[in-house]
Amino acid sequence: MPEAISTQALADWIHESARLVRTNKEALNDLDSTCGDGDHGSNLHRGFSAVVEALEPENSESPRALLKTVGATLVSKVGGSSGALYGTFFLRMALACGTEAVLDGRAFGKAFAAAAQGIVDRGQVEVGDKTLYDALAPAVEAYEREVSAGQGLGAALDAAAEAAGAGRDATAQMMARKGRASYLGERTLGYADAGSTSMALIIGAAAKTLG
Amino acid sequence: MQKFLNAPADAVTEYLVGLSAAHSEIVRFDADTRIVTRTGGPKAGKVGLVAGGGSGCEPLHNGYVGHGMLDAACPGEIFTSPVPDQIVAATRAVDAGAGVLHIIKNFSGEVMNFGMAAELLAFDDITTDSVLINDDVAVKDIPGTAGRRGLGATILVEKIAGAAAERGDSLETVAGIARRVNRGARTFGVGLSSCTPPLRGKPIFELPEGEVELGIGISGEPGRQRARLGTAAELASVMLEEVLTDLQPAQEAEVLVFVNGMGATPQSELYLLYGEFERGLQTRGLKPVRSLVGNYLTSLDQAGAALTILELDDEMKELWDAPVCTPSIRWGV
Repeated sequence: MPEAISTQALADWIHESARLVRTNKEALNDLDSTCGDGDHGSNLHRGFSAVVEALEPENSESPRALLKTVGATLVSKVGGSSGALYGTFFLRMALACGTEAVLDGRAFGKAFAAAAQGIVDRGQVEVGDKTLYDALAPAVEAYEREVSAGQGLGAALDAAAEAAGAGRDATAQMMARKGRASYLGERTLGYADAGSTSMALIIGAAAKTLG
Repeated sequence: MQKFLNAPADAVTEYLVGLSAAHSEIVRFDADTRIVTRTGGPKAGKVGLVAGGGSGCEPLHNGYVGHGMLDAACPGEIFTSPVPDQIVAATRAVDAGAGVLHIIKNFSGEVMNFGMAAELLAFDDITTDSVLINDDVAVKDIPGTAGRRGLGATILVEKIAGAAAERGDSLETVAGIARRVNRGARTFGVGLSSCTPPLRGKPIFELPEGEVELGIGISGEPGRQRARLGTAAELASVMLEEVLTDLQPAQEAEVLVFVNGMGATPQSELYLLYGEFERGLQTRGLKPVRSLVGNYLTSLDQAGAALTILELDDEMKELWDAPVCTPSIRWGV
């Protein structure tokens, strides 16, 4: 098990995320239509398809460059809350990578936490709002806990993915306080949030490709 | 639902191409930057007005670009806010030295993308300000939530602030008038059906015969609650009560009554509703002195209607009556 994340591994993560978004497109749309306009899967698919097309050797030679290309492309292609939030997620992650050529467990943890802070800054969200942050926040927490306890990268990412899934499941019991879903009040109870579902997919892809 | 479509993914672009072809003397569509601007370009020394939002709500905002209203519109994908690049391009395109006002409907995505655009524009030598529209009474404005949506007041702001900009008011004054209109306006919408986005190909939700969605927005999503479909008089009374309870207009206030169709409701039904609203207002001693009735802010092919009431002052009336020439609103010219 490699204990550092290469630029190639990050590229694999993005491709795996794009694949998962594609294969789950309709499921994400259906979840979104319970309390939104049913296009979360289509919008993310449009964005990640553009990302896969945009990634060239010259704009992805380092973790910072690659993640910046991903973030900037999502901001420019997706629109809506998802574009701004997922774009900010990858842009802040890129910024936190600094000039590192590879990321060790701590460096990735720092970037992961910076990405989560970006979501808070951009979306003014907190845990319990029924947004993608409900999958992200526990994942960052679980990752940091494992790394602090001396666990390897793979174990920390697995713990993050598991926590993201649990966070996603917990959104079914929440009433939305942010985004379009918030207009529906109690009618949002009983369904997992579409954004937390896509976030859990992307963190799951990280566990598969970066560990 | 049968639709006029080629490739569903091209539907927004093909609409914009058609709109600019049909009204080439008023608006132009730039396919590279994906913005709609006035054909004549910006007017020197005039404050620029830029709005944007998800497509599917036509004629908002593209149909309101032209003399006396907007300088540019940024159309997003269907029910998805535009991206920052579009907003930056539009702001640069309309800046004529007097600054640019962003008119933002309070939807999370729109607020975030305009926010990112403003951060990028801070590097430019353009003064910008923004006004947030949030007139929807169906959503309770609780701290920590997304808050009220921007609905029908958007068009009233675009018309009235647009006229102020056209007469040469400063950015500060135009922004102040825009905020005053927003503060004085309230909206409540009712849906009689869902709608069918072109890429989705099926309705967003199913509404059983004999039921209505109360408190809808402009993206075809369900409302705050479902209720039995009563007579038009019963529904109109519910809508008027929702709006007036929140607005609390002054006694004998002069008001503008905006009855908006959601896309699939015939004009005859909208005017039928207008008659109900006017009677209800007069019974309460209020004075409906201006009106706007039609499909001005839609959710594709959704059936339904929304009531917006604006408490007027003399300056708002004068600016409302000022000449306007856009693809979808035109008078006095």
